[in-house]
Amino acid sequence: MSALAARRRHPLATVGLVLLGLVITGVAYAFVLPGRAQASQAVTQDVSAGHKLFLANCATCHGINAEGRNHAPSLIGVGAAAVDFQVGTGRMPLAQSGPQAPQAPVRLTADEISQLAAYVASLGPGPAVPDASAIDPASGNPSRGAMIFRTNCAMCHGAAGKGGALTRGKYAPNLTGTSSKHIYEAMITGPQSMPVFNNQTIDPQAKLDVISYLNTVNKTPNPGGLSLGRIGPVSEGLVAWLVGLTVLLGFAVWLGAKSS
Amino acid sequence: MSNSDDGHGASELVPRPDQLPERFDNPGLPPHQHRMADTDPRAAKRAERQVAGLFLLSIGGTLLMIVSYFVVKLSPGLGFVAFFDRLRLSNQLLGIGLAISLLGIGIGAVHWAKTLMPDEERVEYRHLQRGTDEDRAQAASLLKLGAAESGLGRRPLIRNTLIGALALFPLPGLILLRDTGPMPGNKLRTTIWKAGTRIEFDQPGGGLVKASDLTIGSVVHVMPEGINNLDDAIEERAKAAVLLIRIEPELLASASVPDSYAGIVAYSKICTHMGCPVALYEQQTHHLLCPCHQSTFDVTKNCKVIFGPAKRPLPQLAITVDAEGYLVAKGPFTQPVGPSFWERG
Amino acid sequence: MSTTTPAKPAESVGNFLDERFGASKVTKSFARKIFPDHWSFMLGEIALYSFIILLLTGTFLTFFYIPSTGTTIYHGPYVTLQGQTVSEAFNSTMRLSFEVRGGLLIRQIHHWAALIFVVAIIVHMFRIFFTGAFRKPRELNWAIGVTLAMIAVFEGFLGYSLPDDLLSGNGLRIASGIILAIPVVGSYISFFLFGGQFPGEAFIPRIYTIHVLLLPAIMLALITFHLILVVVHKHTQYPKPGRTNDNVVGYPLMPIYMAKAGGFFFIVFGVTALMAAIFTINPIWLYGSYDPSPIGAGAQPDFYMGFMDGAVRLTPGILEFNAFGHTVSANIILPALILPGVLTTVAILYPWIESWVSGDKREHHLLDRPRNVPTRTGLGVMAATFYIVLWISGGNDIIATHLHLSINDITHSLRALAIVLPPITYLITKRICLGLQRKDRELVLHGRETGRVFRTEDGEVFELHAPLSAQDRWLLVQFENQYPAELPPAVDANGVRLRGGRLNSLRHRVGKFYFEDRIAPVTPAELAAAQHHGHEELSAGGGDQPAVSGHEQAAVSDHEHPADSSSGTETVLK
Repeated sequence: MSALAARRRHPLATVGLVLLGLVITGVAYAFVLPGRAQASQAVTQDVSAGHKLFLANCATCHGINAEGRNHAPSLIGVGAAAVDFQVGTGRMPLAQSGPQAPQAPVRLTADEISQLAAYVASLGPGPAVPDASAIDPASGNPSRGAMIFRTNCAMCHGAAGKGGALTRGKYAPNLTGTSSKHIYEAMITGPQSMPVFNNQTIDPQAKLDVISYLNTVNKTPNPGGLSLGRIGPVSEGLVAWLVGLTVLLGFAVWLGAKSS
Repeated sequence: MSNSDDGHGASELVPRPDQLPERFDNPGLPPHQHRMADTDPRAAKRAERQVAGLFLLSIGGTLLMIVSYFVVKLSPGLGFVAFFDRLRLSNQLLGIGLAISLLGIGIGAVHWAKTLMPDEERVEYRHLQRGTDEDRAQAASLLKLGAAESGLGRRPLIRNTLIGALALFPLPGLILLRDTGPMPGNKLRTTIWKAGTRIEFDQPGGGLVKASDLTIGSVVHVMPEGINNLDDAIEERAKAAVLLIRIEPELLASASVPDSYAGIVAYSKICTHMGCPVALYEQQTHHLLCPCHQSTFDVTKNCKVIFGPAKRPLPQLAITVDAEGYLVAKGPFTQPVGPSFWERG
Repeated sequence: MSTTTPAKPAESVGNFLDERFGASKVTKSFARKIFPDHWSFMLGEIALYSFIILLLTGTFLTFFYIPSTGTTIYHGPYVTLQGQTVSEAFNSTMRLSFEVRGGLLIRQIHHWAALIFVVAIIVHMFRIFFTGAFRKPRELNWAIGVTLAMIAVFEGFLGYSLPDDLLSGNGLRIASGIILAIPVVGSYISFFLFGGQFPGEAFIPRIYTIHVLLLPAIMLALITFHLILVVVHKHTQYPKPGRTNDNVVGYPLMPIYMAKAGGFFFIVFGVTALMAAIFTINPIWLYGSYDPSPIGAGAQPDFYMGFMDGAVRLTPGILEFNAFGHTVSANIILPALILPGVLTTVAILYPWIESWVSGDKREHHLLDRPRNVPTRTGLGVMAATFYIVLWISGGNDIIATHLHLSINDITHSLRALAIVLPPITYLITKRICLGLQRKDRELVLHGRETGRVFRTEDGEVFELHAPLSAQDRWLLVQFENQYPAELPPAVDANGVRLRGGRLNSLRHRVGKFYFEDRIAPVTPAELAAAQHHGHEELSAGGGDQPAVSGHEQAAVSDHEHPADSSSGTETVLK
């Protein structure tokens, strides 16, 4: 019999066992949950810094209290995810007005973006920035993602995500090079013309699948050669005329010409 | 022609107008220009070597293609990206090998003809297409003889019944095509949506839809519950595809409100122009855009056409919730969905 | 009678063929047949060779393709399709592309060859049109050619619909929409063609039969007849020196054309194979198997159907109307049925229209220079402009995304351009042709500029012109003007009105439209007069004669003749 087992009926054995249980639970808890007190302190600092950034960059269009004005919508309830997407892809602050806000060079640092996001999130409950597990392409099913993408996304963004036209000069952008995080955030917040795909209509696993699909399709080499943009028959027809006909006409002229 | 030396003044040197032909004469073939290979035996030998070189290049291309075929294997065990890199390489090597193999022969043959084969132009004469008058007379008389012997001219009964028989015999050929398909019946007018049909997500996994699943700005692609289990699922899907859209209730057209539920409206996804899925939804303008010919429908105006070649608005599907809170159709579509047809009315 | 010496192999083969088929008679007339030579005569060959390439590669494809809409689960190497339910047609095309060595290459060669086939047909057709090679005796060959063009376009559409992918499936949906729009019988035809509701299970096997058996057989027969007619009529030739309407100047079939034309087949095949090695075409794995619910942005047909797609995009929906309980979709019938029908009909009938207008019943074996037939050239450019504007309209969403424009603005602009631009290009082209003809006249009358400047003792400075040699001049002066057909009298000798008066006056008016603006070719008399007055051509001798200043030369104007005067004399203005 081992030494530990020999002491199992010791009067203090129970106390030791309870203490052990408390310690294990406490440590586990500490790892699983962020330190709340610390978190809320950090959040308050972010929110006030974000408020300042908001007043400097956003309030002119969105209003001092983010209530919205003219064409700039209200930001109450859009959540941190919306800010992280719009500012993180450079769409906001809007450089010039037009049919839509295009992707542009990012103007705030990552810290500033998260502060701004924290402020906007404080205005009302809304989608949060996804954590890494929600956007890891390796845990999605690209085939299932392909089916979901085809039904919900391909009509605007193209079958391979290369973009497509909307009305009046608007467009659904090319998704090559868009980060998994921004794809998730766009789905859940529905920026500009894009519809909102909340977690009841496309659940988190389905979103992961879509991210995995886009990741896969962008990584896939074009087995047939140069891709011609993956936009379909228009570019193929152009190549047939500009390359095929030109080369063949060149050979025909050579064939009919007198030799020296 | 005018070959006066100085061209001015001395009128006796200028042929008088009545001595000139009315039009210029054809000057005849231009003098033959020799090619290098015609005169210089070294140039000829060089051209010969070039042609031979091209044919050898073709053999090289053929070998490249054959070798690549066996060396570049499309092994299934490769990783995804590696497999497609391999496939791309295979396509390129086989294609370039084939191209060299063919171009070598082609360019070599043409180069051979251009540089080495005799290139003096030769002349052949054309004859009028029509035959001589004797030929025509003879042909006409032979035909007349044949026609007379047939007796068709003298026997109108034979002629008329022959025409009748020949005109009618192809008809069974047309009639045989009758069973290529069923009559349309009322298939173009009906879908499987009826009162109480529950709405399910058109997605792997399906699932029923609750009103709370949609938020303002949501668009959901849905089908009638159980459609994928039908025998003719794909044909029914081609008619029953529906979009659920949630917008602010005050924005809805009054005509669409009775058939809506809490700001959620359901419209047929099949374009009333030529049948493509009208799938693009612009959340802020509340416009539905069809990608095929850019017909645009305004959800706030009961999907009236506001741009493009469609004429009729998208039919609305009346929806409500059932006892368990799932969205269901209140009834079938009140008009045929999809493109127009003659009997549509 | 056999000789005692052993026969050479060539002799034995020749003997075999001659004793059974009379080969020596054919060889006698054919082996050294003369064909004229010009690069623009190769365009039809590109089409012909593309057709052969399509037959060869298509046969290979049929060994792997399964023409069935039956479903199966995809288990191939393409991860984003794994486990999906797809049709056998789609699955077999995927297997061919990814699991058969060379399969993707042959599939791509087949599709590129199809595109080049139609490109070559279009360019060849325009060459025939602009050079007037459709005139008697070749009117029927032209009609066969236009028919072949239409069949080729339809064949291509069916071909790319066979893989049953999302893009082509939506194309078929649109096709069924066109059929439904046919009045009275539309819904019946649609149900018979598709074997029931769209899409049904019959469309893939039926399209397969039509694409692989029926249309290739018809095309092969028409192409054979097309080529037989070229042999029977002999090929046309450009009106260069030495060529007349009664001869053929060129090179013999054997060995020159065997080498050149045979070599060109290998070149066309090689270029097509190279394109298939370098450029991806029709990547159906990105689109997925067809389902009527989803769709991808960039929904276009292959380029040759683009003009119809564009016409449909431009036609406003207001044209659809209801009458007596029936719907007439004029917004579809007009662009998708009437437009191609009218274009094809007018194209086929054109040779007869032109010969009716001109009353010209002669055989023509010499080609026109397009500038010498300004109205015809203008009409051809007008038709091409209309076609191109419609074709561009088919890609209006791609233009919108790539040029950052509003698709609505593009559509409105193209609607206007489709109507306004063709007549403008007609006028511009016609004027350019007339201008080029005037330039040709100047060139003949005054010679070409040598760049040598001469100064007389009076201080006049002018550039020396060298007269064109007879060889160089011929091409510029050989053409003949066309005149409208004679207008017969409206009444006969007794004052009774003759029948056909209205038709004749229409013919007369159209004739004026065609032939009223013309530039006459330079005649020897005009050249003599020009040289008599001119100083520009100085040869060794004459420097010291008093000058009639040469460069205020006879400027010759073109004339608008009333159509019933036939003379071509020009007045010489100083």
